[in-house]
Amino acid sequence: MKRRTLLASAAMGVALTFGGAAQAQMDSAKACFVYVGPIGDGGWTYQHHQGLLAVEEAFGDKVETAYQENVPEGADAERVLTQMALSGCNIIFTTSFGYMDPTNAVAAKFPNVMFEHATGYKRDHPNVSTYNARFYEGRAVQGTIAGRMTKSNKIGYIASFPIPEVIMGINSYFTHARKVNPDVELSVIWAYTWFDPAKEADAAKAMIEQGVDVIASHTDSTAPLAEAAKTNGAVIGFGQASDMSEYSPSPRVSSIIDNWAPYYVKRVGALLDGSYEQVDAWEGIPGGEVLIGEITDAIPAEVKAEAEAIRDAIANGSYHPFTGPLNKQDGSAWLGDGEVSDDGTLLGMNFYVEGIKGDIPQ
Amino acid sequence: MDFYGINPSVLIASLMAASVPIMLAAIGELVVEKSGVLNLGVEGMMIMGAICGFITAVETGSPFLGFLGGALGASVLSLIFVLLTQVFLANQVATGLALTLFGLGLSSLVGQGYVGIKPPATGAIPFGPLADIPFFGRVLFRHDWMVYASIAIIAGVWAVLKFTRAGLILRAVGESHDAAHALGYKVIRIRVMAIVFGGAMAGLGGAYVSLVRVPQWTDGITAGAGWIALAIVVFASWRPWRVLVGAYLFGGITVLQLNLQASNEFPIKIPVEYLAMSPYLITILVLVIMSSGRGRASLNAPASLGQNFHASH
Repeated sequence: MKRRTLLASAAMGVALTFGGAAQAQMDSAKACFVYVGPIGDGGWTYQHHQGLLAVEEAFGDKVETAYQENVPEGADAERVLTQMALSGCNIIFTTSFGYMDPTNAVAAKFPNVMFEHATGYKRDHPNVSTYNARFYEGRAVQGTIAGRMTKSNKIGYIASFPIPEVIMGINSYFTHARKVNPDVELSVIWAYTWFDPAKEADAAKAMIEQGVDVIASHTDSTAPLAEAAKTNGAVIGFGQASDMSEYSPSPRVSSIIDNWAPYYVKRVGALLDGSYEQVDAWEGIPGGEVLIGEITDAIPAEVKAEAEAIRDAIANGSYHPFTGPLNKQDGSAWLGDGEVSDDGTLLGMNFYVEGIKGDIPQ
Repeated sequence: MDFYGINPSVLIASLMAASVPIMLAAIGELVVEKSGVLNLGVEGMMIMGAICGFITAVETGSPFLGFLGGALGASVLSLIFVLLTQVFLANQVATGLALTLFGLGLSSLVGQGYVGIKPPATGAIPFGPLADIPFFGRVLFRHDWMVYASIAIIAGVWAVLKFTRAGLILRAVGESHDAAHALGYKVIRIRVMAIVFGGAMAGLGGAYVSLVRVPQWTDGITAGAGWIALAIVVFASWRPWRVLVGAYLFGGITVLQLNLQASNEFPIKIPVEYLAMSPYLITILVLVIMSSGRGRASLNAPASLGQNFHASH
């Protein structure tokens, strides 16, 4: 049998077995996850895996799970996805931005398998949904702490890749630091990696040597915190993606926790009870998808209260981190007084706000 | 004396520390290649050194024993390479690549229970008043002992290769294993010792990553440093002191580009893309310049490099 016909008949077999999965109720389902890094990264992938464990706990025997770590973004992902679809997965979560095109390509071949792509925006087929978290809401809390806590008035941000999600984080972090401390300056280092502990540590070290004393990172490992820990409390930082509480109470003074579990449980549940529909989910602090890790006693009570007030205001919907007046870096107006940014602008964000020095790599 | 927020003495001190892992791995690989063996498994041995060193340091509480454990763990892994290439005469390139893949997987398995633990700190050596000398105190006298050990190892390898009989024999085996064999030298035994030494050095380098540079364990922590070490051996044209130059150059550009990015005061804004690629770009450029012209001889490569030896007569 030729390979192509084998694939086609296998796909048909899957289709016959699970036909109409989107509408009908199911007795059992198989949920599969594709990870970009190792579960042991202590950050991004670790949190997705916590979501998988939550699904297992919520549904017990009704749901079978499978996952694959360290799947490269790009063509190789397509092979992994195809294999998962053929092995009977009913719903596949692809948990990194770079899986966007492979997810859509494979989804076209398996119309009865549901695909869920994290942090992307392409939904080319009815069986592709996207989901993301409003990390920038957490950055507002961090920026407030950074602006209040810095003694040198230099704060840093270790960025990964110049994509809107990261730029949103930088802008939110800086805007809120400036709000409480007009003298604050921001250093940005683009690491061009999601995960390279040695490089992340070097980036943190370079910042510390230049006098930066509050470091936020948008990469996946705990290395920047480990570097900050060497300064005996002079430099503080934040847990990223995961709580990273092993570095608490200092240098880790707070954290952004990606809490994917509720979304995963909800989606797998919807698949089981037949209410599953294509979505474009973008939840944040109010929906519980972004959690602010405990703010430790390493920072003064009034700063803690201020940061918590920001968090609570975002949670109850009374405050949006991108509220005008805000200008773009070149001085042109972006948001008028009291105006709130729409999601479209955020999702395509490719500019710094006024006051940040340096350029975004294009 | 800062230049646009960048302090040169701090910069030099950081690049010395940042270069230690690749320098150690490269000097080990240099000895291996000098004996005529090409071991592409440096990355795998480094990461085994990183996890074995980490586990030893955490369990015993002693960073010194940690480094020893790292060297030991990586040497044990290199014995697999010995068995396959020196006993079963397997292809060295393929075996080396397999060793890297195996090392990455095995380290991840072994390290399962060690994520999120902090190792005992490797402190700086107290030099007393020397550390307070302007400029030189910061550059030379405020490091942990591995920085000095790595330089001492370079000097040691250089002296052994250049001045001792053992070094001469090692080079003879690498240049022409048949001639060395005809003279009565135990080619395989010498190569095995060289490979194990290379493994130990890669292990030390890996342990430096997990114990000092990023004091923690995470999967894939060496992130390609072993490959850079391999390039630096060629870059150094198999000369020990040039390994030091190559490692400092690579480490220096890496540290400098991060500092340039972090500095808001530097007047010329170099696009980040160029800064990020610069360490690799300059390594490639130097390799091209050095290998152009007089061919293989100018590169100083050992003549028997990568060839298996079997005593058939």
